[in-house]
Amino acid sequence: MPEKVERLRHDYLRHDKKFPHVWCPGCGNGIVLGSLIRAIDALKLEKDELVLASGIGCSGRMPVYVDLNTLHTTHGRALTFATGIKLANPSLTVLTVMGDGDATAIGGNHFIHAARRNLDLTAIIINNQIYGMTGGQYSPTTPYGSRAATAAYGHIEHAFSIAELAVTAGASFVARGTVYHAKLLDKLIAKGISKKGFSVIEIISNCHTQYGRRNKMGDPVTMMQEFKDRAVTVEKAAKLSPEELADRITIGVLTDIDKPNYTEELQKIRDIAEKNR
Amino acid sequence: MKDDRYEIRFGGSGGQGIILAAVILAEAAGVYEGYHVCQTQSYGPEARGGRSKAEVVISRSEIDYPKVIQMDLFLAMTQAALDAYFFDFKPNGLLVVDSTFVKQIPSSRVITIPFTRIARDEIGKEIVANIVALGAVALLSRKFSSENLEKAVLSKVPAQFKDINLQALHAGMKAASEVDLSHLPRSIISDEEKEV
Amino acid sequence: MTEQSTRQVLQGNEAIVEGALAAGCRFFAGYPITPASEIAELMSLRLPAVGGTFIQMEDEIASMGAVIGASLAGVKSLTATSGPGFSLMQENLGYACVTEVPCVIVSVMRGGPSTGLPTSPAQGDVMQARWGTHGDHPIIVLSVSSVSDCFDITVQAFNFSEKYRVPVIILSDEIVAHTREAVTLPSVQKIEVFERIRPSVPPEWYIPYEDNSRGVPAMAVMGDGYRHHVTGLIHDTKGFPTDRSEEVNAFQRRQFRKITNGFYEILMTKSFMMEDAEIAVIAYGSVSRSAQHAIIAAREKGVKAGLLHLITLFPFPKKDVDPVLRQCRSVLVPEMNMGQISREVKRVNLTSKVVAINRVDGQFITPTEIYNKLLSM
Repeated sequence: MPEKVERLRHDYLRHDKKFPHVWCPGCGNGIVLGSLIRAIDALKLEKDELVLASGIGCSGRMPVYVDLNTLHTTHGRALTFATGIKLANPSLTVLTVMGDGDATAIGGNHFIHAARRNLDLTAIIINNQIYGMTGGQYSPTTPYGSRAATAAYGHIEHAFSIAELAVTAGASFVARGTVYHAKLLDKLIAKGISKKGFSVIEIISNCHTQYGRRNKMGDPVTMMQEFKDRAVTVEKAAKLSPEELADRITIGVLTDIDKPNYTEELQKIRDIAEKNR
Repeated sequence: MKDDRYEIRFGGSGGQGIILAAVILAEAAGVYEGYHVCQTQSYGPEARGGRSKAEVVISRSEIDYPKVIQMDLFLAMTQAALDAYFFDFKPNGLLVVDSTFVKQIPSSRVITIPFTRIARDEIGKEIVANIVALGAVALLSRKFSSENLEKAVLSKVPAQFKDINLQALHAGMKAASEVDLSHLPRSIISDEEKEV
Repeated sequence: MTEQSTRQVLQGNEAIVEGALAAGCRFFAGYPITPASEIAELMSLRLPAVGGTFIQMEDEIASMGAVIGASLAGVKSLTATSGPGFSLMQENLGYACVTEVPCVIVSVMRGGPSTGLPTSPAQGDVMQARWGTHGDHPIIVLSVSSVSDCFDITVQAFNFSEKYRVPVIILSDEIVAHTREAVTLPSVQKIEVFERIRPSVPPEWYIPYEDNSRGVPAMAVMGDGYRHHVTGLIHDTKGFPTDRSEEVNAFQRRQFRKITNGFYEILMTKSFMMEDAEIAVIAYGSVSRSAQHAIIAAREKGVKAGLLHLITLFPFPKKDVDPVLRQCRSVLVPEMNMGQISREVKRVNLTSKVVAINRVDGQFITPTEIYNKLLSM
């Protein structure tokens, strides 16, 4: 096992980039990065043919550490750049990693339209329910009543569910995991990448520095323990009432459907256009 | 440099096909007659109704200013367009109105032809009134051969409507050929006093 | 390419599409807006037929992101918009500047600010084109005044963009965009087309932002084996974020140096009747045509007037403006804004007499207005 970890580290991390990384000790982002690397390794994808794009925030710093074609874009816009790359070269496997604020506040419009369009992209969204890098301001997934740097008296807005938003918007593949369930994450990410069409993997993560501290949720281990306690599989969740599910985190594959893929549709249009020239 | 600009303005309401008529005339001038040509338009946000204006400037030399400065010919398809765009005439310019709709005419120097009525009664389709008018305008300008006009019309209208549009073009030319220009009243101002 | 080398009547917006296709553009992302929409509509028809990609994005922010993404993947890319959409593009336009990604942005100016006068001409976005995105950055801004310009300048815009690795902005206006003129476009084989310089070293030797004599690093394309990092953060020569002042300074200075190196070809102007001119009109875009007409008329009245027609607006062509200011006793700058270029002209030599004609009522400046001013100067 240690040899494998060592090999993956050597194979996929950039050695010309000086570590340590920018993330706080105990941050869930490292677990997500580990899962992403294991998923890529398991799928035996060529590094030259992989693109990892991000937006802004703690998640946005992930690409710089990985030896792929990497792109650190503007806040919320990772999917728009990814769209251009994928359309320009459909043979590339294009992945994006975003945070909850990044993907669903400033980038919310891009997110729902990418899902609707069904271009073959994979969106990994690390949901730590807060803006971490900018200092703990509330995001679209910050729960009602909780404290944030911009919610000193308690948050009065309501959170939405990223995964369910993706399902409604038309994504082909939607899954949810948590940073506690690292092995499950490996599989969910691999499935998302393999899926032809727009895939979303929402990953519930801990920001003990900005969110946990303000809401007295303890250290990273305690927060992860809580993810474990609240988690319920999709299969089990199907048997529970909405009341019983109220405070639970449903994990697993929420949607896996087949619908016409954008690049294939585009090729059909090209064929018609070339004929009519 | 000799300024031989010939300037035509089309005025009407949105949906009358004013701009298409100007586009066809520009095609005839630029592609088939070998003129330099500038075709412009101004329009509001509405796709139907409102006022619409299209202009065609043709010249044997290169055209700098692309819009009408002083009109040689103005076609008014509605009263509102006539009232709005009537100014800017060259002395002895030609005012052509669709007498189906235009009732108040501010000048005695005018050619009245019922374009819309001709389209409705003779062709059977009111929608081709713009092409009837185009035929008349082109003939009155004396800048186009009928062969080149036909080519331009055919290049811009859908295949299934070719015949009816050619019919409309010829009806317009015929109506205009019956106008006796020598009997039109003339401007008292000499041609020398041109503005820039 | 169809119907090249034959005489055709085209709109300015249509000629931009033809120019882009001739320059090798194979990707367009945009969002509908008057008076630029014809460019998107025609691209949606033409691009698929040449194996290219058209996509209508959810907004102009996304359009600009997709354009940069496609260019990073090696495809020449275009977007087109007008004032309000141009504002939304400014965020990612800055990203294209800092990452040195070639792309071309057309802004067809209409009356502003805000929704303004959507179907009326204006030249109010000159400074937005120059300084619209945040931070110091060099940029190339070209203007168009006729249908044949729309073709030529678009080809040139792609060439500059590829050669210097910068976003290039084409400023058109509602008049040029919608004017139809008869043109004979050159056949594609007869046009010089420039492609970005790709790395020729082995991938492990590639330094993505390495300085060289031109200041323009070789650009690898995603997927060609030269894996590297692209970021909107200020980066070192390897592309990794840095805040070391000497690296930041070297990066910023190179951005300007690479454009300065190209001034000999980037700064484009045209002179008309300038040889013996005592009064000059400095104009750009559609207004330069009104100016030319007025100058011919003024000459007939004995006024020795001439025209300096600016094609490149930024970097501001000081080298051509300065001699005009020295030669002429006064200079007239007509523009459909409150003086965005006249102030630039003044900055070249603060002692020169610079007179402005400004129009912001949604109407085109007529030759008569310029003529009357010339006669009174």
